[in-house]
Parts: sequence; C-alpha cells; structure tokens
Amino acid sequence: MKDTVLAGRDTAGAKLGMWLFLFTEILLFGGMFLLYAVDRAKHAAEFHAAAEGLNRFVGAANTIILLTSSLTMALSIAELRSGRRERSLMFQSLTILFGCIFLGVKYFEWTAKIGHGIFPDSPELMKLPKGQILFYGLYFVMTGLHGVHVLAGIVVLVFMLISTINRRITHHDYVRIENSGLYWHLVDLIWIFLFPLFYLIT
Amino acid sequence: MENEKNHIIPYRTFLFVLAGLITLTIISVTLTQISLGTLTVAAALLIAAVKSFFVLRIFMHLKFETRMFSIGVVAVTLLITVVIIITLLDYLFR
Repeated sequence: MKDTVLAGRDTAGAKLGMWLFLFTEILLFGGMFLLYAVDRAKHAAEFHAAAEGLNRFVGAANTIILLTSSLTMALSIAELRSGRRERSLMFQSLTILFGCIFLGVKYFEWTAKIGHGIFPDSPELMKLPKGQILFYGLYFVMTGLHGVHVLAGIVVLVFMLISTINRRITHHDYVRIENSGLYWHLVDLIWIFLFPLFYLIT
Repeated sequence: MENEKNHIIPYRTFLFVLAGLITLTIISVTLTQISLGTLTVAAALLIAAVKSFFVLRIFMHLKFETRMFSIGVVAVTLLITVVIIITLLDYLFR
C-alpha cells in the first residue's frame, strides 16, 4: 500500500474515483444508445436511408485518427514512467494534435450537413420522413456530446502537458496524467460504438 | 501484485493492438458493403465489442489493475444491455 500513497497523494483512491466517474459517463451515453435502439428498431428503413447521407470513409478515417491518438496517449504514459520525459511530451503533443484533427474533420462534416440545410429543427430536415428526422436528431446530439468530450479531453491534456513541462507530473507522480489518459480512452471507446451505429447502417 | 501494478506495457504490444484495432475498423466497413441483412448490426456490434475489449484491457490498463474495475465495467455494460433488451421487447412485441 505504501507505494500507492505518494507525497500525500492516494493514487489508488484517485484511480477508483476516476473509474467511478467513467461509469457515470458510460451510463450517460448508455441512455442515448437506448433511445437510438428503440428509434432504429421502429424506423429501420428510414435510418438506413438517412445514414446514406453520411460519408463512411470520412467516418472510418476519423475512427483511425482517434484510435491512433489512444495509442500516443498510452505511449506518452509508458515513456513518462520509464523516465523518458522528452518523448512523453512529444507523444502528449501528438495526442492533442490528433484530437484537434478529429474535431476539425467533425467540423467539416457538420458544416457540410448544415450547408445542405440539415440541422436540428431546420425546415429542410422537417420535410423528411419521421425516421430520418430522428436519425439526424440523434446524430447531432450524440456526435455533438461526444465532440464536447473530445474538446474537454484536449483541454485536460493541455493542462497535463503544462504540468509535465513544469515537472509537477514526473515519473514518480503520474496518476493525474494516467487518469486523463483513462478519460481520453473512454472517449475513444464511445466513438468505437458511435461509428458503426451512425455510418455503417445497411 | 505490486509487480503487476507497476507493469509497463512494451511498445510492441501497443503497436500490435493499434494494428488490430485499425484492421477491425476496415473489416467493419467492408462488411457493410457486402450486405449481410439483419446480421450486419450484430456483426458491427460484435466487432465494436472486440475493439472495446482491447482498448479496455491494454490501453486502459485494466489487465494490470485490481479486478474491481473490470467487474465494474462488466456490470455497467450488462446493465445497459439488459435495459436495452427489455425496452426493445416492450416496444416490438407490445
């Protein structure tokens, strides 16, 4: 136990707290997946028609970008723990960069849709069948909430980067960046389910 | 226990996991093009579940943490799955 209590910091407790928070996050998205499941079951054909409007290759590219960012996140912690601070800083920066690229791609996807008059409550969208209105409603809310999480993750990682530069996070005391990493991976995890459910409907 | 807790996963493992995750993503997209009918949703969700397993075990380090966290993840996942199944049964067979 003594190794988990460091400089007045209880790392085991910190991790437990983080995981409890992650469980609430899973349940938050779980509620939305429940709504999605019912709407899709009731409007299968219209969900399929609406999903044709999304570019699955852009979606797949974004998936790979986010998965790669999870790798760089994990590597940054492994490097820090091995005492290679400079390389950890590089991987942390790369993670932030990949996160920004993901959001950039999302921005272009959303603006393309909005440019075609497809956004919540738009006259163009309201002319579509009910199932398609529900699909795009869920699309904007779920990818939007996910996007907010990516943005929050980027902000947290910028603070971790600054803390590592200031040596407030070191290879002896790294639980904060570990917990930030857990959050980042969770955001990746949620996207792993969002991607097939919105882009890959046949 | 102490050794496992401080285990640092080697680079190679991480790279293998990423390669696997990207491969599964590509398989998932390809499967969509060859239509499997109603099996498509099941296949997509199964692939997503396998991907999640690796992200949780390796990237999120669950393999080397206390069992309590893994049990929690399973419990939360089960809860959502059961609620979704019960709700669907209600909606579809009412």
